[in-house]
Amino acid sequence: MNVLVLRLANSRFPLGMTARKANARIMRDGMAELGVGTKDLVEKPATIASLREGIASGVISAVELAEQYYARIAAHNPLLNVYLSLTKEQALEQAAKVDAAAVKGEILGPLAGIPIGVKDVLTMQGAPSTAGSAILKGYEPPYDATSVAKLKAAGAVLLGKINCDEFAMGSSNENSAYGPVRNPVDTERVPGGSSGGSAAAVAANLAVATLGTDTGGSIRQPASFCGVVGVLPTYGRVSRYGLIAFASSLDRVGPFAGNVRDAAEVLQVIAGQDPKDATSSARPVPDYIGETEKDLDKLRIGVPEEYFGEGLDPEVRAAVESGIDSLRKAGCEIKKISLKHTQYAIPVYYLIATAEASANLARFDGVRYGHRSAKATNLASMYRLSREEGFGPEVKRRILLGTYALSAGYYDAYYKKAQQVRRILAEEFLTAFGEVDAIVTPTAPTAAFKLGEKTDDPLAMYLADIYTVTASLAGICGVTVPCGATSAGLPVGMQVLGAHFQESTAFRVARAVEAANAI
Amino acid sequence: MSVSLEEVERVAELASLELAEDEKPRMQRDLNAILEYVAQLNSLDTSAVEPLAQVSELLDAGSTADKGDGAALRVDETRPCLDRKVVMEEAPETNGAFFKVPKVIER
Repeated sequence: MNVLVLRLANSRFPLGMTARKANARIMRDGMAELGVGTKDLVEKPATIASLREGIASGVISAVELAEQYYARIAAHNPLLNVYLSLTKEQALEQAAKVDAAAVKGEILGPLAGIPIGVKDVLTMQGAPSTAGSAILKGYEPPYDATSVAKLKAAGAVLLGKINCDEFAMGSSNENSAYGPVRNPVDTERVPGGSSGGSAAAVAANLAVATLGTDTGGSIRQPASFCGVVGVLPTYGRVSRYGLIAFASSLDRVGPFAGNVRDAAEVLQVIAGQDPKDATSSARPVPDYIGETEKDLDKLRIGVPEEYFGEGLDPEVRAAVESGIDSLRKAGCEIKKISLKHTQYAIPVYYLIATAEASANLARFDGVRYGHRSAKATNLASMYRLSREEGFGPEVKRRILLGTYALSAGYYDAYYKKAQQVRRILAEEFLTAFGEVDAIVTPTAPTAAFKLGEKTDDPLAMYLADIYTVTASLAGICGVTVPCGATSAGLPVGMQVLGAHFQESTAFRVARAVEAANAI
Repeated sequence: MSVSLEEVERVAELASLELAEDEKPRMQRDLNAILEYVAQLNSLDTSAVEPLAQVSELLDAGSTADKGDGAALRVDETRPCLDRKVVMEEAPETNGAFFKVPKVIER
């Protein structure tokens, strides 16, 4: 299977994995009682550049490439549960267009023929968008999200819609109404969340790249758990139009890919101002791909002590510290810094995100789209019963918390207080970026945890986001890049944070970590 | 400050959520655990801090991004929008022109 893709790949092994380690993993997977096909679950996608070259020169047919991906999806999706719906007809049509253009020698789009998957919270015409929720079962949006439209315009072959936590609320992908996604590296473990499917898709080579969304860590944490690259663009860098809203002041759309350069290739396409999103920035989009190639000079890298304290798994710490070491060897100046209000980020995040969610999710009322209860007797009961039947427990919990935080008598104590501390947290980052060019931290306190391990304890689940939520609140950008593995072979990601609109710097640092980790 | 069962019911009503009887105590437990955790914010003096609703206002003066003051809003003019037919196709019940809902006022 997938011979063509394998042959073209720079390396057959996941980022940072030597042949010896990969063999050890294959043996371990083989020993686990998981049925057939597990041993090749983890597979590194070919690079976008190599595929693009192959397609343009006629060595690869985009149609054949798409067919190979669908064959691989057919083999592995039953176990992994990554794709919720496939858009094969549209994808093959787009691929055929690319092949025809290639034959004629036309200039192809930057992602022409590249198989890409899209998180199910982003709308895509002609495909269902469930957002992982039963309340949107069967809903087919009549328009494309701007990020999706931009991928199509760049020639990408969109394979289908990808599983996630319901309305992007979760850190393990276990809150999906359509069942959890399994981590391809160890299928007894979660892929992270909420964009768990998008991360798993790249790790298992069920797409060359994917789109995810990140509100409090939903791109970065699953990228870390699955051993792939994930990008949190600056707030306003990528249009949110067509993103089914969770928390509008925090929601971002960003790419997953098998390597840093490919992540930059996808961001290059989806970034930019959009008249349909008033919060999108008019700043020109720099040449991310070119910037990624630049060397590190003497970049100043901040290491915040608050991200290395109690609760950090020692093996995760060791992997991240080895990543920091490689930056030092590459000529960076490593500076200890302090972000002393970090401990307040989770409480602030869960108040603000739930307050915004309680407002955003008011639109799901059984009137215009989605589920309507058959038991309703009048309008008010239709609202209540449709929402009761359509929403899962975590979504209800967050709507209740958000409604409580906004309700009369509690607004100042909770919501306003959280917004005040949000400013303190954001300004703390601005001050830090006066002294350093990038900040590096662990992405998550642990490697991927087991399915079911935290489902009964919402607070424990929220703490999986402890290192990611602060950047979300501050609106800054970040890249998660694999920097090593635990002794059990579970991937560990380093989070590289950049100041507002400094994605290029974050990419450069991430690429250096990637290069060192590949040795 | 701890949330009572009655408060859970009141908030559920505000949010138009119907909770099953066995869901209520569970939600009460979870809300109290989370609120107890967020109470640590009270140890910070924020009396002199302005609330921050939107990060774009923090960005430097050279930016043309929306600062939340409305300066970047588009011109208010009519433009084509989605076709009614494709929108109505997704609704649970319509007459083609309007969404139909159960009776609002009972006689």
